[in-house]
Amino acid sequence: MKARVTVTLKNGVLDPQGKAIEGALRALDVEGVTSVRQGKVFDIEIDTTDHAKAEAALKAASEKLLANLVVENYRVEIL
Amino acid sequence: MKAAVLLFPGLNREGDAMRALEQASGHKPTLVWHAEHELPAGTDLVLVPGGFSYGDYLRCGAIAGRANIMNAVRAHAARGGLVVGVCNGFQILCESGLLPGVLMRNRDLRFICKMQNLTVERADTSFTKAYSKGQVIKVAIAHGEGNYEADDETIRRLEGDGRVAFRYCDENGNVGGVANPNGSTNDIAGIYSEKLNVLGMMPHPENLIDPLVGGIDGRGLFESMALFKSAA
Repeated sequence: MKARVTVTLKNGVLDPQGKAIEGALRALDVEGVTSVRQGKVFDIEIDTTDHAKAEAALKAASEKLLANLVVENYRVEIL
Repeated sequence: MKAAVLLFPGLNREGDAMRALEQASGHKPTLVWHAEHELPAGTDLVLVPGGFSYGDYLRCGAIAGRANIMNAVRAHAARGGLVVGVCNGFQILCESGLLPGVLMRNRDLRFICKMQNLTVERADTSFTKAYSKGQVIKVAIAHGEGNYEADDETIRRLEGDGRVAFRYCDENGNVGGVANPNGSTNDIAGIYSEKLNVLGMMPHPENLIDPLVGGIDGRGLFESMALFKSAA
C-alpha cells in the first residue's frame, strides 16, 4: 500500500526558508504569491492491505520521527 | 569525574571535547558509539559533541536523538548524572526530549562561524561554578540551525525557573539586538533541564581552552564539570 506523509510548519513558526523562496518568486515576477511555507513530503510503501493498520503505523512514524511536534504538524494520506 | 563522549556518524568535534575534558579533569574520557545500549559503569558526565550527525538529514539531531544509546543517557540524566550537548549535541538533546524546544534555521539563513560573546546567566550550577554570574565570555559559534524556538509557555517556564544558561551579548555584556547572531528567542544560547543537570548550548567552549587558538574562556565550563561528584 502506498501512502504519503506531509509535514508542515505550524502556524506562527518563523520559516526563513519559505520567506526566501517567497522573495525569489516575487523576483521572478510570479504574480499573486502572498506567502510560502516550506514543508516535507514522505512517500512511503507499507506492507499491509488494512487501511486502519497502515494509518496507525504512519501516525506512529510521524510522531516518533518524521515530525517534530514542537514546531511541525503532519498529515497522513493513504494513496 | 568520569566522562563519556558520544559518537554518532557525522560528528566532528569529539576530539576537541575529549581534549578539553582531559585538560580540566586529568582523566581521559571514554568514547561511546551510538549503537551501544549502556554507558561505561560509573559515568558521571555524558558529553554530546558537535558536528553533523547523519548529515543533518530529516532535521538536525533527529536521527541521533533516537539512537540506542540515548535511552541510557535519559536514564543517566534521571539518576542525576550530568549531560552536556554542544551545537549539534544541543540539537540532539532537544530531539531526544531531554531538553525542550527546537533549534531552527538561523534567521538570516546563513551558516555562521565566528567568535561570539555570551553572558553567564548563573554561576551556581554544575556547569558554571568556575565562572561568575553575569560574566561575559568569548567563545566560538559555528552553526546553521541555532535559532532557539519553543512555545510561549515553555519560554515562560525557562525564564521563570532560571533555566537560561547563556545569552548572546556584545563584548560589553549588552544582551541581544545586533549581538544575537541567529534570531534565537530571548537571545538564548543555552538552556538547562528542570533539575539543572542537563545543559544544551550552541556555542563551542571546547574550542577556547588554549591561548594558542584565541582564548581560554571555554575552560570554565570544563573546570566546573570536573568538580562534579558522582551521580546517585
